[in-house]
Amino acid sequence: MLRAFGLLLACQLLGEVLVRLAGWPVPGPVMGLILLVAGLGLAARLGKVAPETVTASELGRTSSALIAALGILFVPAGAGVVQHFGQIAAHGAAIAVALVVSTILTLTVTAAVFVAVRRAMDRGEE
Amino acid sequence: MDNPFQLWVYLSATPLLWLTITVVAWLGADAIAKASGRHPLVNPVLIAILTVAGLLAVTGTPYARYFEGAQFVHFLLGPATVALAIPMFANIRTVRRNLVPMVAALIAGAVTAIVSTIAIAAASGAPQKVLVALAPKSVTAAIAMGISEGLGGEPALTAVLVITTGILGAVMMTPLMNLLRIRDQAARGFAVGLASHGIGTAQAFTVDPVAGTFAGIAMGLNAVASAFLVPAVFRLMAG
Repeated sequence: MLRAFGLLLACQLLGEVLVRLAGWPVPGPVMGLILLVAGLGLAARLGKVAPETVTASELGRTSSALIAALGILFVPAGAGVVQHFGQIAAHGAAIAVALVVSTILTLTVTAAVFVAVRRAMDRGEE
Repeated sequence: MDNPFQLWVYLSATPLLWLTITVVAWLGADAIAKASGRHPLVNPVLIAILTVAGLLAVTGTPYARYFEGAQFVHFLLGPATVALAIPMFANIRTVRRNLVPMVAALIAGAVTAIVSTIAIAAASGAPQKVLVALAPKSVTAAIAMGISEGLGGEPALTAVLVITTGILGAVMMTPLMNLLRIRDQAARGFAVGLASHGIGTAQAFTVDPVAGTFAGIAMGLNAVASAFLVPAVFRLMAG
């Protein structure tokens, strides 16, 4: 488990270093994710891992444990709401309407475009 | 320690107390969500945040002191984001097959998220400072804070709005998609990851592994796309 955790941390660190040196607006952990997928792809070419077996590996099990706990990781930042009651209350209606309506629109447009483009592609293949 | 007040003074100054409270609040919230049969309206992230925020308010604990303990949990967000590489790699064939729909949905979704938020809030009379804090609401917290800070917004307010959006999207995803008759787990996951970042992704993983994988991808892609798009939209508005 520790070896897998070390690999995740190393990828994150490498990602942070890379985006800072390059000045990209990508978050370090997201770059770390990209690096790990690329690394796994490379290892798969060498026959060291396969998409079918990675989930059962040490790395896969450690990652599953972290992903299963994803929800709790937002609690510390979310509890920061106590500091901003005043500002949120002052523009409460505008903020509430913007958040709710925009989230509904975003979910709808994203899913609808995804499905529409995929259907158009499937039709093109037939 | 000869009275309970002294014990409280001692405990409340160590990271251990608030770290324990964060974990226990989450376990309780997750047990409630499980007991509801994972009903979309019973969101464990929301319940745990309200519990902790309530305890902070009741005990008069400053947020900075709370964070001294909770930072150990907060820190794990980084490695957990990297860990999303594993389900992505495990489903790499499905991901490759959906590359074109993903890019199309990313552009449409990212623009919708930013423009609709600004338009609605501006029409309701919100000042520029609030508009800037709101615009990156669908982006994962760390990047959203950077985006709003770069435009003169308040990063801490952005973080709260980001988390609220995450919870809203996680709660609305399943009922909304049922209403729209969109059954494809890849499309559902991609939409909730784009609109509601990591909180949406966490919700998607409890529903279906494919949905979770696409949510994780959408979260990463939208973070990058919005880092460019949000400043561009404000430049267009000013010009």
